[in-house]
Amino acid sequence: MPLNIVVLAKQVIDPEIPMSAFQVDRDNRRIVTPANIPPVVNGFDENAVEASLQIKDSQEASVTVLSMGTGFSMDAMKKPLAMGADELVLIRDDAFVNTVDSAVTTRMLVAALNKLGGFDLLIAGRQASDWDNAQVPLGIAELMGASCVTLGKKVEVGDGKVVVERIVPEGYEVVEAPLPAVVTVSNELGQPRYPTLRGIMAATRKQATVWSADDLGVSPSEMTPLLNLVDLFVPSTVKECDFIEGDNEEEAGRNLALKLREAKLI
Amino acid sequence: MAQTGVLVIGELADGQLSLTSKEVLAAGKPIAEQLGQPMAVALLGADVGGAAGEAFACGADVAYTATDPLLAENQADLFLSALDALCREADPEVLLMGRTAIGREVAPRLAARLGVGLAQDCLEVSVAPGSTELRANRPVYGGNAMATVSCTSSPQFATVRPKAYEPPVPDPSRTGEIKPVQVALDASMAKSRVVSVVREEAEGIKLEDARIVVAGGRGLGGPEPFEDLEDLAKVLGAGIGASRAAVDSGWVPASWQIGLTGKTITPDLYITVAISGASQHIAGCSGAKVIVAINKDAEANIFKEARYGVVGDWKKVLTAFTETVRELVKS
Repeated sequence: MPLNIVVLAKQVIDPEIPMSAFQVDRDNRRIVTPANIPPVVNGFDENAVEASLQIKDSQEASVTVLSMGTGFSMDAMKKPLAMGADELVLIRDDAFVNTVDSAVTTRMLVAALNKLGGFDLLIAGRQASDWDNAQVPLGIAELMGASCVTLGKKVEVGDGKVVVERIVPEGYEVVEAPLPAVVTVSNELGQPRYPTLRGIMAATRKQATVWSADDLGVSPSEMTPLLNLVDLFVPSTVKECDFIEGDNEEEAGRNLALKLREAKLI
Repeated sequence: MAQTGVLVIGELADGQLSLTSKEVLAAGKPIAEQLGQPMAVALLGADVGGAAGEAFACGADVAYTATDPLLAENQADLFLSALDALCREADPEVLLMGRTAIGREVAPRLAARLGVGLAQDCLEVSVAPGSTELRANRPVYGGNAMATVSCTSSPQFATVRPKAYEPPVPDPSRTGEIKPVQVALDASMAKSRVVSVVREEAEGIKLEDARIVVAGGRGLGGPEPFEDLEDLAKVLGAGIGASRAAVDSGWVPASWQIGLTGKTITPDLYITVAISGASQHIAGCSGAKVIVAINKDAEANIFKEARYGVVGDWKKVLTAFTETVRELVKS
């Protein structure tokens, strides 16, 4: 049996958009989707795709990418397929507009994972660049009784267990855990591979499986959020920068040192 | 009615209550007072020793303790099992933990186990007068926006970003009640196992504790310029760090990273060199008292955060700056 890997990937607003394009609609408590700027797969989730493909490079494995959301862009969501993943499953429901609660997302994804027949290894990004919740994969591990390793920068599988180089404040530790396992990964995993032309062609031909909340048989009570979004706003930061100048850059550097001395900072 | 107003999940560092746990006690105290109920701390370890006394001095009224040799290593699966038992025993209205290395993993898993919502990585937690509803402010979209959230389940659960609160001034005359809780742990509950640990921290001063921090970013263009930064750091007795871009480029180890997904620093003086100041980075240094920026782009976001700035080629500015600093600190 090939190793059954599922990767969680979320579609997000491109975090690299200029500040001027980032707008909050405070009345409706939502972030305005910027026009003409295509959405992307969350960066840490691309690291997760890369981690799964590194495993697939060295052993027999299937990689299914699972996502939940609304307003999917196929250009964005097919990128993991173009990189080399095998299947794409999208849970699409208008009820997920502006979902800020990880608990609902966790339950929906657990239902989808059960429908898919479970997993040997679930890999996900450490957090999404939109709501920065960093909760869903860990919740899935709890609800499905899988072992759990966070913040991986290298993921390998063998002998029924996963071996992860896990980032800790002092450096990293090597952790092993039995399958089925949930592993979150971070950008330290390295640059995700670029899709090849052949990969892009193959991805074009593949059809995503699309399910709604109804298809998953999730009861309305399980869709009740456990968090309320009360307010959403842009924090005000009014700081005046004192630009230190000089006849040339060297002098500006010297003047900066003198200024910091005068302010008793050094 | 819950019997505990606020339960703070404590962490031990070398047998002492960690600094972040003290900060979280500072965050919890006004909430417990508002609720008119005691504040408790949960302490887990092989030996929780003097940590209860420290927590009492920092405002806790009760300490729920779980001691077991299996809790010595902070293994998440075991920590979680014990914590689950302590939380059910304490029955708090509000549950708080620091968003630390342990908190990042344990809090979301505990929330799932308790079936409650979790407000992550909050800068501010409070309860409005006359209400029992927790309001938590948390940065989202990498710090570009702030969300205020409330919990619809009980206990109301939030993690607090390290350094978001000042630790309380300890009052050694305060006392409290220690309530040991029996937790049935066995080694087989630990699913994951640490095989080895590799340390790769920068030598010298720890970033999180440094009074002055010097850091470099993408604009440095390679690993060599960090030697110039190290030179400056040595002169100032400063810690040294980097932006995510510099880490992602492989110029310096990941443990140097300052930012949302790296370290949070709160120095008196933070000198950035060739860092553009994306909100991701600012999330890790907004607690710095004074930020100094050297960057060639006058429009860079870092100048919106900086108190002092120089626009120019980093190499020319930094060389002259370091030389002048060297003379000044000698005199």
